[in-house]
Amino acid sequence: MSVDRDTVKRVAHLARIKVSEEEVEAFRGELNAILGFVEQLNEVDIDGVEPMTSVIPMPMKKREDGVTDGDKADDVVANAPLTEDHYFLVPKVIE
Amino acid sequence: MSDLTTLTIASIREGLAKREFSALELTDAYLAAIEAANPSLNAYIVVTAEKARTMAAASDARIGRGDARALEGVPLGIKDLFCTRGVQSQAGSHILDGFKPTYESTVTQNLWDDGAVMLGKLNMDEFAMGSSNETSTYGPVVNPWRKRGSNADLVPGGSSGGSAAAVAAMLCAGATATDTGGSIRQPAAFTGTVGIKPTYGRCSRWGIVAFASSLDQAGPIARSVRDAAILLTSMASVDPKDTTSADLPVPDYEASVGEGVKGLRIGVPREYRMDGMPEEIEALWRQGAEWYRDAGAEIVDISLPHTKYALPAYYIVGPAEASSNLARYDGVRYGLRVDGDDVIDMYEKTRAAGFGREVKRRVMIGTYVLSAGYYDAYYVKAQRVRTLIKRDFEQAFDAGIDAILAPATPSAAFGIASMSMASPVEMYLNDVFCVTANMAGLPGIAVPAGLDSSGLPLGLQLIGRPFDEAALFRAGQVIEDAAGHFSPQRWW
Repeated sequence: MSVDRDTVKRVAHLARIKVSEEEVEAFRGELNAILGFVEQLNEVDIDGVEPMTSVIPMPMKKREDGVTDGDKADDVVANAPLTEDHYFLVPKVIE
Repeated sequence: MSDLTTLTIASIREGLAKREFSALELTDAYLAAIEAANPSLNAYIVVTAEKARTMAAASDARIGRGDARALEGVPLGIKDLFCTRGVQSQAGSHILDGFKPTYESTVTQNLWDDGAVMLGKLNMDEFAMGSSNETSTYGPVVNPWRKRGSNADLVPGGSSGGSAAAVAAMLCAGATATDTGGSIRQPAAFTGTVGIKPTYGRCSRWGIVAFASSLDQAGPIARSVRDAAILLTSMASVDPKDTTSADLPVPDYEASVGEGVKGLRIGVPREYRMDGMPEEIEALWRQGAEWYRDAGAEIVDISLPHTKYALPAYYIVGPAEASSNLARYDGVRYGLRVDGDDVIDMYEKTRAAGFGREVKRRVMIGTYVLSAGYYDAYYVKAQRVRTLIKRDFEQAFDAGIDAILAPATPSAAFGIASMSMASPVEMYLNDVFCVTANMAGLPGIAVPAGLDSSGLPLGLQLIGRPFDEAALFRAGQVIEDAAGHFSPQRWW
């Protein structure tokens, strides 16, 4: 499988990365090189093989559904580029 | 007092206990060494001198009270991937500009709780994506090693290139690092240092900037096997904040270091003999097996038939997980923001300006292989291949193999910018011997084993059973005893 320019643009948009026309061509070449490299996985017989879900078998840890943390609004917004009254500010999303 | 920087952690412990020098003198010696070397090597991106002196003075007070902890007064460098409270933590990326966490990663907290001193943050490939430390927003790290008779700058490997270069150049007594596909072991091999990636789950991932969550593990880079064992004993813990942290007590790894390999069965996998591999690396590998035979281990030829598929499967699983993990960098909660016409435009412009080329490439590959219609063909297939890779190792261990001996890298360190025209895949091949351990979750250690004909260090690697890091320290020490220590000639 190889990707064309439209696919590169579609993927860049899905990944929320703006790409210029010149970059599209360069990414097309690079993505195809990587996809070409991973193609050799088609040689492997994977019939009846379960996909890995946990590399070290261990039961999922669970805890009581209780409040263990909080009251840190200052900390939460401390690094945000734009805030007001402990809210993150973003461009208008609803008209 | 500049020779204080040449001491191993084990001898620092002794020297401090005997009051031969103070923790503050030791820290000052390192700060002076960093100031002199960093303009040439670019290993540190932030030096926390004041914090270091405060921590060292506190260590001296504890030593004075006879209350020293395991790493009391030991000056360490911290890879920029670890979140450190109040100290910038940017994962080598422009998109995390100015990010100062309000919390501390579990691994670094463990080190401070044991008395270690923080010298600063170490350079790395952006988001740990790279094998040469050339993708950092802070510019490349320079390897303290040079070819004999040459003054050309070489890469230190990556992504923990700052950690490896700082340890090799005596700019810290040891360093934290992380390994997703070889990022501890490959730079350790390129710089003549010891690096261990422990079993997945041995060190908490909490507070470490995530790259590929099913592969990421923290570990130390150090100047000796014993130092690596001392550091890992402190770094590892059982952490309720990381659900994949293993519920197993942390052994005292240092106790295993001198135990030798008598009676161990060491496997030599035939699939690691690659076409085009330099004869020097083959010879070193044979030499390693010889050292083990002499030390009383049994050498067994083994087969790990799916080895060659580990790297291609990694370049699906790693980018897929990265594309999910890096979705959080959107210009809203931290780091860089570039304004746009609307919120989507703001995201796209922020990520275009904030991510470097290699990161964009991997996020896009990850987005592609996870997108509708391709998920089964790529991601699920890669995870099935991963099951087979792990099964290969399990069969070897079930047959009585205690550790597996392989080269660490297919070459010695290469020149800065020498790979700039190469395809991304050529750069990825650097990790061909390391990535299998990540795919199978197994511990792996790289130990310096010799120099090539141009005088550059080469490493051997041992891969162990899950949670049997002790066997790797035992076996690693045998290589160190036979090969000796390697230090770069100072030119900086």
